[in-house]
Amino acid sequence: MTDTATDRREPTLPDGWELVCGLEVHVELSTATKLFCGCPNEFGSEPNTNVCPTCLGLPGSLPVMNADAVTSAMRLGRAINCTVKPSVMARKNYFYPDMPKDFQTSQYDQPTNENGWLDLPDGTRIEVERAHIEEDTGKSTHVGGDGRITSAEYSLIDYNRAGVPLLEIVSQPDIRTAEEAKAYVAELRGIVLALDVSDARMEEGSMRVDANVSVRPIGSDELRTRCEIKNINSLSSLGRAIVHEANRHVDLWTTGERPMQETRHWDEEAGRTRSGRSKEDAEDYRYFPEPDLTPLIPTAADLEAVDVSIPELPSAVRSRLADAAGVAPTEVSVLVDRGQAGFALDTIDAGADPTRVLVHLTNNLADGTGEMDPAAFAALVSMEVGGELSSTQTKEVLADMVVTGRTPDAVASEKGFEAMDTGELDGILDGLIADHPSEWERFCSGDDGDAKKMSGFFTGQIMKATRGQADGKVVAQLLNTRKP
Amino acid sequence: MSGVASPAAAGSVSDIANAVTNGERSAVSVVDAHLARIDDHEGAVHAFNLVTADAARATAAAIDERLAAGEDVGPLAGVPVAIKDNMCTRGVPTTCSSKILDGWRPPYDATVVERLASAGAIMVGKTNLDEFAMGSSTENSAFGPTHNPWQLDRVPGGSSGGSAAAVAAGFTPLSLGSDTGGSIRQPASLCGVVGVKPTYGAVSRYGLIAFGSSLDQIGPFTTTVADSALTMDVIGGHDPRDATSSTESFGSLVDVLDRGVDGLRVGLISEMTGGVIDGIAEDVLARVRAAAEALEAAGATVGEVSVPSSVYGLPAYYMVAPAEASSNLARFDGVRYGLRVDGPNTAAMHTASRTAGFGPEVKRRIMLGTYALSAGYRDAYYGSAQKVRTLITQDFDRAYADFDVLLAPSSPTTAFELGAKTADPLTMYLNDVCTIPSNLSGQPSMSVPFGVGDDGLPIGVQILAPLMGEPVMFQTAAVLENAQEDAS
Amino acid sequence: MSKLSRDDVAHVARLAMLELDDAEIDAFTEQLGSVLATADDMAALDLDSVVPAHHPLGLVNVMRPDVVQPSLDRDEVLAQAPAAEDGRFCVPPALGEQ
Repeated sequence: MTDTATDRREPTLPDGWELVCGLEVHVELSTATKLFCGCPNEFGSEPNTNVCPTCLGLPGSLPVMNADAVTSAMRLGRAINCTVKPSVMARKNYFYPDMPKDFQTSQYDQPTNENGWLDLPDGTRIEVERAHIEEDTGKSTHVGGDGRITSAEYSLIDYNRAGVPLLEIVSQPDIRTAEEAKAYVAELRGIVLALDVSDARMEEGSMRVDANVSVRPIGSDELRTRCEIKNINSLSSLGRAIVHEANRHVDLWTTGERPMQETRHWDEEAGRTRSGRSKEDAEDYRYFPEPDLTPLIPTAADLEAVDVSIPELPSAVRSRLADAAGVAPTEVSVLVDRGQAGFALDTIDAGADPTRVLVHLTNNLADGTGEMDPAAFAALVSMEVGGELSSTQTKEVLADMVVTGRTPDAVASEKGFEAMDTGELDGILDGLIADHPSEWERFCSGDDGDAKKMSGFFTGQIMKATRGQADGKVVAQLLNTRKP
Repeated sequence: MSGVASPAAAGSVSDIANAVTNGERSAVSVVDAHLARIDDHEGAVHAFNLVTADAARATAAAIDERLAAGEDVGPLAGVPVAIKDNMCTRGVPTTCSSKILDGWRPPYDATVVERLASAGAIMVGKTNLDEFAMGSSTENSAFGPTHNPWQLDRVPGGSSGGSAAAVAAGFTPLSLGSDTGGSIRQPASLCGVVGVKPTYGAVSRYGLIAFGSSLDQIGPFTTTVADSALTMDVIGGHDPRDATSSTESFGSLVDVLDRGVDGLRVGLISEMTGGVIDGIAEDVLARVRAAAEALEAAGATVGEVSVPSSVYGLPAYYMVAPAEASSNLARFDGVRYGLRVDGPNTAAMHTASRTAGFGPEVKRRIMLGTYALSAGYRDAYYGSAQKVRTLITQDFDRAYADFDVLLAPSSPTTAFELGAKTADPLTMYLNDVCTIPSNLSGQPSMSVPFGVGDDGLPIGVQILAPLMGEPVMFQTAAVLENAQEDAS
Repeated sequence: MSKLSRDDVAHVARLAMLELDDAEIDAFTEQLGSVLATADDMAALDLDSVVPAHHPLGLVNVMRPDVVQPSLDRDEVLAQAPAAEDGRFCVPPALGEQ
């Protein structure tokens, strides 16, 4: 890593302390079927309708690996610069009612992907330890009490999600700020979407993030006791949870206590983490190779096919757009995340002013470009830059184009947005000077503040007279020219 | 105490199938005759956990109708078959002889059950076993022991004791068992019937309730080698639902039975026939040597061969099988099926259900396997055991460079008395000492009856072959069977 | 290997979710101990360079196409459950009274 720790300090922590954070991101792969059986991999079905002997863990059932899940896993692995290796599925043994076999079929010491990295838009590199294939669990609903797990009278289990393929991407503890954590997840999500291997929706749980949080004095390279934070349902929760947990750790260390290694749950309403269940015995997952499945050994041809299938990834798109627009990559990351980079590039290619293109897309087209095509958008930007339309008029025309897909010329003329010639504005100003001589005097000879105020007054009056059709820049120019 | 054994009473699989196919006998009459014999003697033998008489009669009637309509019903037309009660049968209780599966009716059929039904066989019941196939005497059943049909105060062996006894008692000419460490071959030996443990992957495990997943194989019990060959032709072959199922084929075994053993090289495993492994009875050893002589007389050359690491088979097995079992049996947690004993929270309910539902031997093996996989011990126990498997396989491979098939005892002794070995688990475990190595290597082996011991009870000889070596194993077995008939 | 203790047995029982009474713990401590003693014989072998066993036929990459197959009928599935409600399996609370 090139950045020093001081450059990348979590601003909410007291001086002298550094955040050390690693993320475990679970991505549900959007295959047609589950990982080990032919049941539909579908969100939102009636409970327990997408189940069969295998994903219900019925006695005698056996798993068979979904080839597409493996391909998706390798593609995502390569996209985050991992080495794709021969892998072995393993059983992770622990009792959990949502898990029909009471073991999770996962990967242990031989995961599919190892040793990758992911560069954030600002250039910070986060190393990825591994990205392994595993199966999802079912889902419990806690009934009675106030619906929380701690006070429920009983639980109801739906196994539709049990056996859905997951890729768990484990970062190194390289993350130093909550913003980096959010940027990492956003970047990963962008890659997942570009690859089309998951819909990666945090709210629906098809992308889930657990954060391993610890702190240490700046300058130290030790790894202190960490807590794993679960139940984080959005990017903003991720940031808040990390900030809260890191500060909790600093408080503990500075008051002579120490955090316990444990799993904690983020409580969104309370804005704090809460301790999970305490464990009598330390976790002992008793991993061993899954005897019902064979090793996965990708051939050279498999690996080549995987590499060929990887589309242009967000970082490359960002560089391309930033180059075209002559700005820093960080300034275009919003558009890239929103999937508007292609539109922006096409508009710029059509000859539009890049700065205005980025401004409109970022601020005025957050909800999408609708029916508008890049050529029409480019024409609009040119009209704006050429002074044919004021910025207010441009916005109005833009809003119409998004809905109707018409050309800017057509929209502007329908709305009567003809460019004002300067003579017309001169006439209007003459009338205003006659009606408001003292104001004009103050504009011409008042102090800076007064002149500015009166400039605003006359601009407003001209706009009123032209029903907003005058170009602000042209009006300002006019006022300056007339000033003695 | 006398017995009710009469393997011949059930007739042979091929005779019944031929007679039913040719219209000489109706499937209904076959089933009725076998159900009648079950009625007469099941009380004494207790081979079955469940006799599905009504369903069997209905299936038989349907087969007769199809035959009358000129349909080809399959190579096992009208053959009554008994299924070990650890194989899933749709809508029919499947218990593994455990209280924990109380009342469970699987919503699906095991692949072997499907294949038998498609071949025209008729299931007449589910047979008793040591709970979850853990045992060598069928005494570890929650529903009481099965008795050896040859002498009712003796065990039938295990864990597939019910299936072996069903064939020995003449209840059915065919049954299926499963073999994880000898659970087909040892009871076949003790009950005087043919029992086959195929190459790992040769028969689908889909629907077989797992004990040791990397060791389990399904195979037939029959009265003749030819009947086992016919059954293997029906139940074997690739199954896309079992990822460990072989994609290769060794072809029809019925076709190889008359090939003889002329020029075949037969090796006696020295560790199992010369005192390195203790506790193998002299009368058993005598029959193994007699089998070697019989093969020699039929044209084979016979020699001794060492499989040195086979002596580590028992300890390796008693790490690997329980380790896998501890994981396979975790799912019996009271949530989705079977027994639930309620508790104030999920964990308490799991623990109460499992504690009430599993018998002592199952608990012992779950404990052993959990320990063998636990932090700090996994490498020494489970890890070493998996490496010993590699050594055993390498030793076998060396032996097969010089020999086509190997001979060994199937069981160290003839059938012992009920209760004789229940007090000490380790003594019971020694029953599998000659059969375990084939499970660890995945190679096929089978037990063929070859005379009786000093007590007049049956002794089986074990024939071992290399991976996918079923053809040479069966051709040897057929010769041995003939030699036995000539001798008696 | 160190000798198996009663505490080891009690710990393993918790991992395996089995409740053992004192007599069972005693019996298992002795019985499992003697099985482990025979397993310790394996330590006599030089296993450092030995590869652990894998599938005997050397199968690798056994996979299925990503094609939907019929699921089970929910009523048939839930009919087997000790308790069910509202189309789902019913269990005691995760964290009821300990």
